[in-house]
Amino acid sequence: MAAEKRSRPPRQKKERIPRQEMPVRPPEERIRDFNEVACGFTEELALTEAKRCLQCPTHPCVGGCPVSIDIPGFIHLVTEGDFIGAAHKIKETNLLPAVCGRVCPQEEQCEQVCVVAKIDKPVGIGRLERFVADYEREQGAVELPEIAPPSGKKVAVVGSGPSGITVAYELLQAGHQVTIFEALHTLGGVLVYGIPEFRLPKSIVAAEIETIKKMGAEIKLDMLIGKTRTIDQLMEEDGFDAVFIGTGAGLPMFLNIPGENLNGISSANEFLTRVNLMKAYREEYVTPVKVGKRVAVIGAGNVAMDAARSAKRVGGEDTEVSIIYRRARDQMPARAEEIHHAEEEGIIFNLLTNPVRFIGDDKNNVQQVECIKMELGEPDESGRRRPIPIEGSEHIIPADTVIVALGTRPRRFIAETTPDLKTSKWGTFLADEETGKTTKKGVFAGGDIVTGSATVIKAMGAGRAAAKAINEYLAGS
Amino acid sequence: MYKIVKKKVLAPKITRFTVEAPEVARARKPGQFVVIRAEETGERVPLTIVDSDSEKGTIDVIVQEAGFSTHDICCFQEGDAFLDVLGPLGKPTHIENFGTVVCIGGGVGIAVLYPIAKGLKEAGNTVITINGARNKELVILEEELEKVSDELIITTDDGSYGIKGFGSTVLQGLIDEGRKIDFVVAIGPTIMMKVVAEVTRPYKIPTIASLNAIMIDGTGMCGVCRVTVGDEVKFACVDGPEFDAHLVNFDEQIAKHHYYDHEQACQMEKIIAAAEQERS
Repeated sequence: MAAEKRSRPPRQKKERIPRQEMPVRPPEERIRDFNEVACGFTEELALTEAKRCLQCPTHPCVGGCPVSIDIPGFIHLVTEGDFIGAAHKIKETNLLPAVCGRVCPQEEQCEQVCVVAKIDKPVGIGRLERFVADYEREQGAVELPEIAPPSGKKVAVVGSGPSGITVAYELLQAGHQVTIFEALHTLGGVLVYGIPEFRLPKSIVAAEIETIKKMGAEIKLDMLIGKTRTIDQLMEEDGFDAVFIGTGAGLPMFLNIPGENLNGISSANEFLTRVNLMKAYREEYVTPVKVGKRVAVIGAGNVAMDAARSAKRVGGEDTEVSIIYRRARDQMPARAEEIHHAEEEGIIFNLLTNPVRFIGDDKNNVQQVECIKMELGEPDESGRRRPIPIEGSEHIIPADTVIVALGTRPRRFIAETTPDLKTSKWGTFLADEETGKTTKKGVFAGGDIVTGSATVIKAMGAGRAAAKAINEYLAGS
Repeated sequence: MYKIVKKKVLAPKITRFTVEAPEVARARKPGQFVVIRAEETGERVPLTIVDSDSEKGTIDVIVQEAGFSTHDICCFQEGDAFLDVLGPLGKPTHIENFGTVVCIGGGVGIAVLYPIAKGLKEAGNTVITINGARNKELVILEEELEKVSDELIITTDDGSYGIKGFGSTVLQGLIDEGRKIDFVVAIGPTIMMKVVAEVTRPYKIPTIASLNAIMIDGTGMCGVCRVTVGDEVKFACVDGPEFDAHLVNFDEQIAKHHYYDHEQACQMEKIIAAAEQERS
C-alpha cells in the first residue's frame, strides 16, 4: 500500500521524563513560621530527575557555573545512587553546595544553557545539588579535602561571606595558613545576616562553614579591618604574605526623599539583620523587630522579596505587605521563583509606582507613603525601559512600616585606611576580573566589593579565581 | 570572649567595666566606641570607650542601666566575660589646640566626655568642664575630670551638690561674663545637647555633639543610626558619633529614642516578673 511505502511504522517513542517538581510547604502553613519553604527532593525524585540529564559531550552547564562544578559528573553519580560520591564530586570546586543549591539563580546559569532546555524544561541541577549536599550532611559523610603540606605562607582573608569562605577553602587545600577576619559575631556574611532562615537555614550555613575550621583556618571574629587593624598592619606587622578582601557591599542605599528618617522606616539590611543575625523572631532573643499592620517594601529584587516575606511572618496573617516598584513586572530583578513564592504568601505588588515622600504622625512615626504612578518610556543605559512619572497621579499608600530595599554599596573602612588601594567612584575596588589583583601588591579582592551587589555564586566564582592567583603569587614570592 | 577584669559601681545604675580587649585597646582614639554583645541572646549595644590601657590590653566602658540590655550587661561580674566586643568604631574626635574649650556633659554622657576632655587638655587647650547630674549621687568621674580640666564646674538639678540648675545655664553665664570660648563639646541626653546648641548658636561658637543613637552592627550596614545633619543624612556609627551640633536635627533623634519604648517596657516587665519569682 502506498501509505506503507511512505512511512515506516512509528518508532517507539522513548517517554520523556518531565522535570520533577520539588515539594514545597503550602503558603498558609509556612507563613506562620521561619522553617524552610522548599522541602528538597526525595531519593526517588532525585533519581528520576537525574535520569533526565543527557550526559551530553558538550556539557555547556559547566561553563554556565561560575565555579565550574562537574555537573554531568555529579549527576551521573546520582543516577547510580551514589549520592555521597556526587556530593564529594561537587565539593571538588564548591565548598557550599547546600547553600548554592538553595540560593543560586540556576535559571540564568547552568540550567539556562542545559541542552535539554532546547526541547523541554532544563534538568533541575540546583535541586539535585541541594539534595546530594543535604544527603551527605545528614548521613554524616562530610569529608575534608586533601591538604597539601604546609607552604609556610600566611594569608589574611577579610570578610567571611561567600567569596572569603571560598578563598579560604582553596588556600587551605594548597597548604597555606589562613586567618579569617570577620567584623560580625558570626561567620557567613550575607548568608547569615541577609538571607532569611526560611530560604537558607542557618544551621546549614554553619555546617558547611565548619569544614573551613576543621581544615585549620584561624577565625577572628569582632575584627573590623580598617578600624581594629589596617591592611598595612596585617602585611607589615602581622606577617601576612597576601591579603584577600571580600568585604562585600554592606552600605544600604536610600531613596533620599522627604520623610525618610521617620520612625518605622528602615533599610532591608536593618530589618533582615534584626530578624536573621539577631534572631528577633525568636522569643528568647532580646533584639526587637517591629512590624505594623501595613508594610511597604520599596524595591523588587531578591532582598525586597526576602524582606516582604519576613515581614509577613513577623507581623502575622493580618499584616498586609506590599511591594512598591517603579518599573513593571517583567523588569523586577528578583528570581521568578522568589516572586512566585511571595505572591503565594499574599504579598501585594504595586508596580509602576514610585514613592515621592513619607508622611508621619505627631510622634514622627511613618503613616503614609505618597507615591506617583509611572509609565515606561525609552530604554535607559541598563537596557530596561525607563519609568517616567505620570503627572497628577500622586496617591497615598498607608504604611506604618517601610522597608527600603534598593541595593547596597561597599563601605569605605579599608579604602580610607589603605591609600594605595584604588577604588571607583562607587567605592568598589579596582581589581582584575580574572585574578582579583588590586592596585596594591599582594592584595586581592573579589565579590561585591569589586562588582557591586551581585549574587552568592558570582562572589564564590571570584573567590576561586582570586585563590588561584594568590597561589601563583605566593609561589613566586 | 572578653574577660571583665574589674567592675565598679560608680553611682546607682551606673557601672564601670574594665574589659580585656587588646586589639581594641591598641587601636582606639578618644571619641570612639565599641559594640558589646554580652551573651548569645543579647542585643548589640554601642558603648563609648572611656579609657584604655594598651599595655594591659584593656578598655573601660561605663554603662547606665536604661533598659533591658544595659541592665543585663550590668549583671555581669568581675571574672565573667562578654561574648563579643567589636571596635574601635566611629570617627575619633578631631582634637587640636582651639584655645579655650568648654566640655559640657550630662548624666552618663560624662563617660563619653572624659576621654575627649583629656585629649583636648593634652593638645594644649584651656579646658573648662561642666559636669551636670540630676543629684549628688549621680555625679561621676569627678576626680578624673578634675585632673584634665583647668576649671571644673559641677551642677545638679536639685542643688544637692555644686551649682543648682542645668549646665547650659552655666555655659550661658560664662558667655555673658565675656569669657572667650573657642569651642564647645556637648555630650549627654539629646535634649541637653539641643539646648546647648541653642545657647552657642547666636555667638557662632563651634559646637559638637556626640549622639547616642540606637545601633545594631555599628559598622555602617543597617542605617538605624541615621541622623539628619543640615541637608544631609549621615550614619552616626561611621560618620559620627560626633556632629556639628548647630546642624543636627535633635528632634528627630529624640523621636527615634522613643520608637521601641513599648518593646523596652515589655522586656523590663519580664525582668521584674523574674526577680519577683526568685524572691517568692
